[in-house]
Amino acid sequence: MSSPIVSITAPANPVEDFLRTDRMPHIWCPGCGIGTTVNCFTRALLESNTDLNKLSIVSGIGCTGRVAGYTNLDSFHTTHGRAIPFATGLKLASPDMTVVVYSGDGDLFAIGGNHLIHAARRNIDLKVICVNNLTYAMTGGQTGPATPLDVITATAPYGTYDPAFNLPYLVEAAGAVFVARWTTFHVKQLARSMAEMFKKKGFCFIEVVSPCPTLYQRRNKMGDGLDTMKFYKEMSKTKHGAPTNEVGLTKSGEIIVGKFVDRERPDFATMMNAHLQHELGDQYIQAEGPVCG
Amino acid sequence: MARGSVSIVVERCKACGFCVEFCPSKVLALSSAFNSKGYHPPHAVTPEKCSGCDLCGMYCPDFAIHGFRTDKPAAKSETEKEPDDAC
Amino acid sequence: MHADPVGVLTGAHFLDGDHAACEGAIAAGARFSAGYPITPSTEVVERFSHRAPKIGATFIQMEDELAASIAILGAVWGGVKAFTVTSGPGFSLMMEHIGYAAMTETPCVFIDVQRGGPSTGLPTLPAQADMMQVKWGSHGDYEIIALCPNSPQECFDLTIKAFNFSEQYRVPVFVMMDEVVGHMTEKVVIPRAEEIEVEPRRWTTQDKSSFQLFAPCGEEQTPEMAKAGDGYQVHVTGLTHDERGYPNMTPAVQDRMVRRLVSKIRDNAEKICLTEQHDIEGADVVVVSYGITSRVAQRAVETARAEGLKVGSLRLITAWPFPEHIIRAIAPKVKGIVVAELNLGQMVREVERCAGGQCRIAHVGHAGGTVHKPEQILKAIQEVAR
Ligand SMILES: Cc1ncc(C[n+]2csc(CCOP(=O)(O)OP(=O)(O)O)c2C)c(N)n1
Ligand code: SF4
Ligand code: SF4
Ligand code: SF4
Repeated sequence: MSSPIVSITAPANPVEDFLRTDRMPHIWCPGCGIGTTVNCFTRALLESNTDLNKLSIVSGIGCTGRVAGYTNLDSFHTTHGRAIPFATGLKLASPDMTVVVYSGDGDLFAIGGNHLIHAARRNIDLKVICVNNLTYAMTGGQTGPATPLDVITATAPYGTYDPAFNLPYLVEAAGAVFVARWTTFHVKQLARSMAEMFKKKGFCFIEVVSPCPTLYQRRNKMGDGLDTMKFYKEMSKTKHGAPTNEVGLTKSGEIIVGKFVDRERPDFATMMNAHLQHELGDQYIQAEGPVCG
Repeated sequence: MARGSVSIVVERCKACGFCVEFCPSKVLALSSAFNSKGYHPPHAVTPEKCSGCDLCGMYCPDFAIHGFRTDKPAAKSETEKEPDDAC
Repeated sequence: MHADPVGVLTGAHFLDGDHAACEGAIAAGARFSAGYPITPSTEVVERFSHRAPKIGATFIQMEDELAASIAILGAVWGGVKAFTVTSGPGFSLMMEHIGYAAMTETPCVFIDVQRGGPSTGLPTLPAQADMMQVKWGSHGDYEIIALCPNSPQECFDLTIKAFNFSEQYRVPVFVMMDEVVGHMTEKVVIPRAEEIEVEPRRWTTQDKSSFQLFAPCGEEQTPEMAKAGDGYQVHVTGLTHDERGYPNMTPAVQDRMVRRLVSKIRDNAEKICLTEQHDIEGADVVVVSYGITSRVAQRAVETARAEGLKVGSLRLITAWPFPEHIIRAIAPKVKGIVVAELNLGQMVREVERCAGGQCRIAHVGHAGGTVHKPEQILKAIQEVAR
């Protein structure tokens, strides 16, 4: 082939340090957006100077759920839908740890929906990254809680007729302190948003609209990954602070992106410590992290 | 004179075309050659235009390409606007 | 290692089994619990929520038992000892994470205060009908350890034992109580901290570059542990994985992994199996029971002996792994074995399997809601002895 540029002095790809390179290549399809979000994640970790020894990543099950297994971090691939309660236990036992939950729309909003809203309600200090490919990809492209109306899925061969969740609206209502949405086209903005989120205390949520060319776009004659990325570029509109009830996604309409919510509310641990301190005074012994053996 | 360059791990590429499409300087094209998995990886057709902005690196879902600066970082030029501005 | 004195309420107390189990967990070093209320188990976490802030522990009430049962696993990987508590309906929801804990070799303790089922069943009344569920309830092949206290004192003692086994074998361990044991109040003696043996977590000190989170060590065939934040970049997955913890879904790795998950318990079963045995030597009949039923059975055995029958008793303190070796030794020497339990035939199947037809097996079942009458068990003893 014609020689690609290979520079001997090339510095390593910044993502490389964050990967379990012995597990490459990954399983994701050509044109899948999940890998793109991982790039943004790693750039955000670099930009925010997050201490990687004090960072854990927790995933549920699904194509997105595999992120935990590819990142060279303390990483937990849990059960379907339960990344958030696992992360809750991890965070409470290890208060200094930054705990990132990285999972799919089906995992977080269907089987794990109850956990998600309760963690948001309690304002557990978790950084939730939801790759929303609008379908249950891992199992073959069935209808999920974020699948828009009138699309073909493996279990809706005549098209979907059950309304989808508007993820930012739901998460804001449940109590999240930081809510943003980007698409995989918005790599810089996504990385910046993630970096901002790592610095924010409390239940934070970023939705990343991402192509699943293999199972979602193809079935709906929406082209491949690149076509989807061009669609995102064309149809996205940045509206920081947009009311989240107005940002629901449709099959081919506008995609409102931006940072929708950024507010202050004491997180679970802060509330717990302050309250118990107040009630018990000197008798209160704050849990100080790992204490066994 | 190019201010940046790209490094490509040909074997990881799955030819999605993201890097080619979203390179702000149109440096890349998918080559006609195949890697061992049968994909056409990108190559630099106008390497002199590369700014080393690493947008290709941020887009590549397969961690197969990244860009880097070969000079001291200078003020941003026309060609390396962030896609912020594009949408 | 000895218990941390901070958690230990040394002295003689008047406690019910639920409260005693909570004290056992604290003495064993538990510093995290997540729970969801369910009768007749809730008192365990109610007490823990009261005690936790004063001993540097955390309690969180979760949104359901699915959440509670995995929050404790997250906490364990964060570096603490953790447990949860439930009863039948909640136990059914926890099955998913019993499998996950077994698969990921996460040391943890579940307390199941059994009530009558199926479904919502008898919320306030006893049964011993989760005995097969605890062993087989989650899908796939795996082994667990289950202990059956028959008094509040044992709720304390065996909960400590449960934590110790869980650390020793990196396995979920179950304290299988029942409503009666959970709610009966008796004297419970809590020793001084330095008299309580506590198994520390087996943190690894191995080299970071070569340490394998799932490589078996020692007689226990149990890997050492590293927690999040130790710098080992651990990877933990419920997928079939190799010794590094990396997914590897080949028949060969599946075979190696599942066989070890099973053999670490089966090969050490004789060390794990705790029993209380009386007068088995020379007996014509041996009565097998566990938990609350063992106290009723004891009365029946005493009456039978007073009638001149040669009766021994075997109380299963460890129900799982099942003490096969003991039943195998007894069966050829007796006329029969009487098995009494608050279900319509669960552990008796194990007894039958191990006896292998070498003696008669009589089952004294009970659908739950109350305990047996001693006469029911006595009648079975008399019939078998005849
Ligand atoms: C309890 C349980 N139910 C069902 C499944 C099968 N399953 C695996 S992944 C998945 C859906 C994942 O969808 P999503 O979270 O959107 O992730 P994606 O694959 O799209 O990234 C399902 C239903 C499972 N693993 N566990
Ligand atoms: S099935 Fe869809 S989401 Fe899964 S790897 Fe392929 S493109 Fe990505
Ligand atoms: S973005 Fe990556 S995978 Fe896609 S064509 Fe470019 S190098 Fe290949
Ligand atoms: S570094 Fe920037 S300019 Fe160079 S090829 Fe990549 S995207 Fe294009």
